[in-house]
Amino acid sequence: MSVPVLEMKQISKSFYGTQVLKNVSLTLGRGEIHCLVGENGAGKSTLMNILFGMPVITNTGGYEGTVLINGESVAFDSPRAAIEAGIGMVHQEFMLLPGFSVTENVKLNRELTRPNPFSMIFGKKLETLNRRQMAKDTRSALDRLGMTIDEWVPVAGLPVGYLQFVEIAREIDKENLQLLVLDEPTAVLTESEAEQFLGVIQRLAQSGISILFITHRLDEVMAVADRITILKDGELVSSGPKEDFTITQIAELMVGRRIDTEARKKRTTRPKDEEVVLEVRDLRVNMPGEALRGIDLDVFRGEILGIGGLAGHGKVGLANGIMGLYPSQGKVLYEGQEVPLNDTQAVLKLGLAFVSEDRRGVGLVLEDTIANNIVLTSMQSQDKFLKPGLLKLKDEKRIINHALESIDKFDIRCTGPEQIVRRLSGGNQQKVCLARAFTQEPKLLFVSEPTRGIDVGAKSRVLELIVELNEMGVTVVFTSSELAELRSIADRIAIIYEGRLAGILPPDAPDVQYGLLMAGKSLEEVGSR
Amino acid sequence: MKERLVAIYHGFGLPRLIIAGFLLLLLIIAAGTELSVPGLLSDALVRIGQNGIYVLAMVPSIQAGVGLNFGLPVGVICGIVGVLVAMEFTLLGFKGFLVAILLAVPLAIGAGYLYSLLINRVAGQEMMVGTYVGFSVVAGMCIFWLMAPFKNPALIWPVGGQGLRVTLTLADTFAGVLNNFLAFEIFGLKVPTGLLLFYGLIAFIVWLFFRTKAGVAMEVVGRNPRFAAASGLSLNKYRTLGIIMSTVLAAIGYTVYAQSFGFVQLYNGPLMTAFPAVAGVLIGGASTREAKVRHAILGVVLFQTLLTVAMPVTNQLIEGNISEIARVVVSNGMILYALTRATGGEQA
Repeated sequence: MSVPVLEMKQISKSFYGTQVLKNVSLTLGRGEIHCLVGENGAGKSTLMNILFGMPVITNTGGYEGTVLINGESVAFDSPRAAIEAGIGMVHQEFMLLPGFSVTENVKLNRELTRPNPFSMIFGKKLETLNRRQMAKDTRSALDRLGMTIDEWVPVAGLPVGYLQFVEIAREIDKENLQLLVLDEPTAVLTESEAEQFLGVIQRLAQSGISILFITHRLDEVMAVADRITILKDGELVSSGPKEDFTITQIAELMVGRRIDTEARKKRTTRPKDEEVVLEVRDLRVNMPGEALRGIDLDVFRGEILGIGGLAGHGKVGLANGIMGLYPSQGKVLYEGQEVPLNDTQAVLKLGLAFVSEDRRGVGLVLEDTIANNIVLTSMQSQDKFLKPGLLKLKDEKRIINHALESIDKFDIRCTGPEQIVRRLSGGNQQKVCLARAFTQEPKLLFVSEPTRGIDVGAKSRVLELIVELNEMGVTVVFTSSELAELRSIADRIAIIYEGRLAGILPPDAPDVQYGLLMAGKSLEEVGSR
Repeated sequence: MKERLVAIYHGFGLPRLIIAGFLLLLLIIAAGTELSVPGLLSDALVRIGQNGIYVLAMVPSIQAGVGLNFGLPVGVICGIVGVLVAMEFTLLGFKGFLVAILLAVPLAIGAGYLYSLLINRVAGQEMMVGTYVGFSVVAGMCIFWLMAPFKNPALIWPVGGQGLRVTLTLADTFAGVLNNFLAFEIFGLKVPTGLLLFYGLIAFIVWLFFRTKAGVAMEVVGRNPRFAAASGLSLNKYRTLGIIMSTVLAAIGYTVYAQSFGFVQLYNGPLMTAFPAVAGVLIGGASTREAKVRHAILGVVLFQTLLTVAMPVTNQLIEGNISEIARVVVSNGMILYALTRATGGEQA
C-alpha cells in the first residue's frame, strides 16, 4: 500500500488544563473520502486547527503527537505553511469578498501577473494582472466542479449554494492541492444542492485529491465516505471503512451513554397533571444562526422540558423568540392567553422569565453590583424594590437585604452584595442570573445553556438549583447543548433539527434515538428501528 | 487606617490627586506674589457656580449610553432665546431670571427631542454627530439672530432697526440676581451664596433622578443595552429621555451662566460651550460610559479653579500671555485623555 497522504498520530491537546483531544489518530489515503463525525465539542474543529497550524493552537502551548504528510513529519506554525504543503480548507462561513468577481475571488492573493514598465522600476507589486489567464484557470476549475456560472460574475448576487462551490474552486485551483478539508459544507445547502455537492466531491476524490469531510448529516456520510472516524469528548470512539457501520451505529456511538443519574435522583415530585401551560404554534424566529422555521410545542405545568439539538439548528431561538429578543411570528398561548410576540415588557408581566445563553452579553450588567443585577429586571418590569411615593425611588435597604438572601440561597461566592459582577467566576455569574430570574417569581422559566463555560462543581450546583426552582412550582424550559445534562433533569426532551421539531423523547430513550433525531431523522423512522 | 486611606485614594483617582496638588502649588506661588489669594478663590467660586450646570448636563447623556453631549449648544441656544425674550420685555431681577428659565425649558424639551431623533439613528457615533449638530445649530442660529423680530432698542443694532447685536448686557435687567442673593464676604472671600445654592439644588435633582426607577432604567440602558432589552426596557425611550434632560440642563445652565457673566454673547458665542463642560466631567473622573453627579461636581471644582488660578499666576511668572494657551491645552488634552480610555470610571 502506498504512503498515506495524511497521518495524524496520537494527537492530544488541552486548553488551560482541560483535555479536549486524547490520543486521536487518523489516516487518510490518496483519493479517499474520510468522514469525521461527532457532536458539537467532540474535538473535530480542534483537530482541524492543529492540522492547519492555526494560531489558536500555537498560542495555547501547541499539541502532542505527530502529523505526517506523505510520510514526512510536519509541524505547521501557520495556515500559510499548511497551504503551501497542499492542504486546502473550505470553512463553514464563507471567506469570499462579495464585491469581487468569481475569478478575482478564486485567484485572490495568487493573481497571475505580467511585468510592465512601472513594475520594472517599482517592483513586483505593480505588475499588470493577466486577466485572461486568470479567467481561463478559473473556468477550468469551475468546469471540474460541473459549474456553469460565468467566471466574471460578482460573488455578491450568487445563491448560497454557489458560494460553496466558488470556495472549492479556489482550493482546487491551487496546483499542489492534495488534501481538502470540508467543515460542514452542506449545512447551508438545500437538498438538491447538497446532492450536487456530494457528486462533486466524489469526482474530486477520483481525480486523486484526498478529502476530509466533517458533517452532521449521517445520510451524507453513508453516501460518500470511504472511511469513517467518530469522535466523542475528544476521544476516538471508532474508526473504520464505511462497510463496518450502519447509520444507527454511528448515531449511537456519537451520542454515547453518559447519562448522569445523580441529579435525577434528587427530584422527588413529578408533574402530576398534564395541563398545558404554554402552547406554541408555528413559531418562526429570525435569530441569526439559530433560526426557528415554524415549531409546534406544548409545555405541561410543572415539568422540566428539555430542548436539545446541535448548534445552529435553532434550539436557543425558542426562548429568545418567545421573550421577544429576536423578531418572531406565529402564535404562543400562555395559560390560554395569547402572548404578545416581540414585546419583552408584556411577556415579563405575564410571569415568564428568561436566563439567557449569552450570560455576559445579555444576562448581566457586568459593571454593576450583584445586588443591582439581581433586582433590576423585577424593579423595571414589576415595580418591586421601590419606595412608595410618586418619585418611585429605589429602596436601597430592601435591595441589599434581598441580595444577601439570594447570595445565601444560591450559594454565590462573593465578597458581598456590592461586588461588581465582572469579577465573579462564570459559575457564580450564572447563579446571579438564576437569582435574578427567581426574583421575578416566574411561573414559567426559560433557562438556556446555564452550564456553558463553568466548572464542574458549579455545573452540578446550577442543575440542582434548576430542579429546586422546579420543585417550588416553576415550569422550566431548559435548553442545553449537552444531552447528558438534559437527560439528567428533564422530564421530556424535544430535539430541534434545522429550525423544526424533530421529535420529543423521554430522558431514558436509547442513545441511538437521540443520535438519529439530531441527524435529521423523523421519530417514525427512529421508532421503526 | 491605612486601608481607608488607600480606599479614599482609589475613589479619588490619581489624575485628580495630581490636579489638586498642582492647584495647591499654584495657590502657594500666588501667595508669594502680589495676587490676592482670597480674590482668586472668589473668582473660582463664581466660575464653579457659573459652569456647574453645564457639566451636570453631561451626566444624563453619558448614563443613557449616548456618551458625552457635544451637542450642548442645542440647549444653550434655547437658554439664550429665553434670556432674550425676558430682556425684550425688560423683566427685572428674579422675575426676568425665572421667566427666562420657564421659556427656555419647554424649548429645550422640544429641541432635545428633535436632537434625539437624529442621535438615535446614528447609534455608536453620537459624539461625532453631536459635535457637528452643535456647530450647525450655532451657525444656523446666526441667521435667526439677524432676522428675529426683537424690537427692544437695547437688543438690536442701532442702525437699521433689525437684527440682534453681538454682545448684550444684562446689567439693566437681571445680571447677578443669583450671585448677589444672600452673598457674604469672609476674610476677603466673596461667596455667591444664591448661585451655589441654585447649583446645589439642580445637582440634587439630578442625583435624585438616578435613584428613581426611570433613572435606574436609564443607567441599565447605558451600561448594557442588550440586558435592558431583555428586561423589557425600550432603548430609544431612555436615550431620548437622557438627551432631553441634558438639553434642558444646558438651557438652565445658560440662564445661570448669563446672569452671572452679565452679558449675552450671540452669533458664534455658544460655539465652544460643550468643550469646557466635557473636560470638566472627565477631569472629575467620569468616562464616556459612566458618569456620576459627584464626578460632575468634583470636575467643575477642579477644572474651573485651575483655570481661574492658573491664568493670573502664569501671567505673573512668565512674560507674555500664555494663560489662554494653557487653558486650551489643559481642557482639550483632558478630553483627549479621557476619550482614549473608554472604560475609565473610578480608575481613570
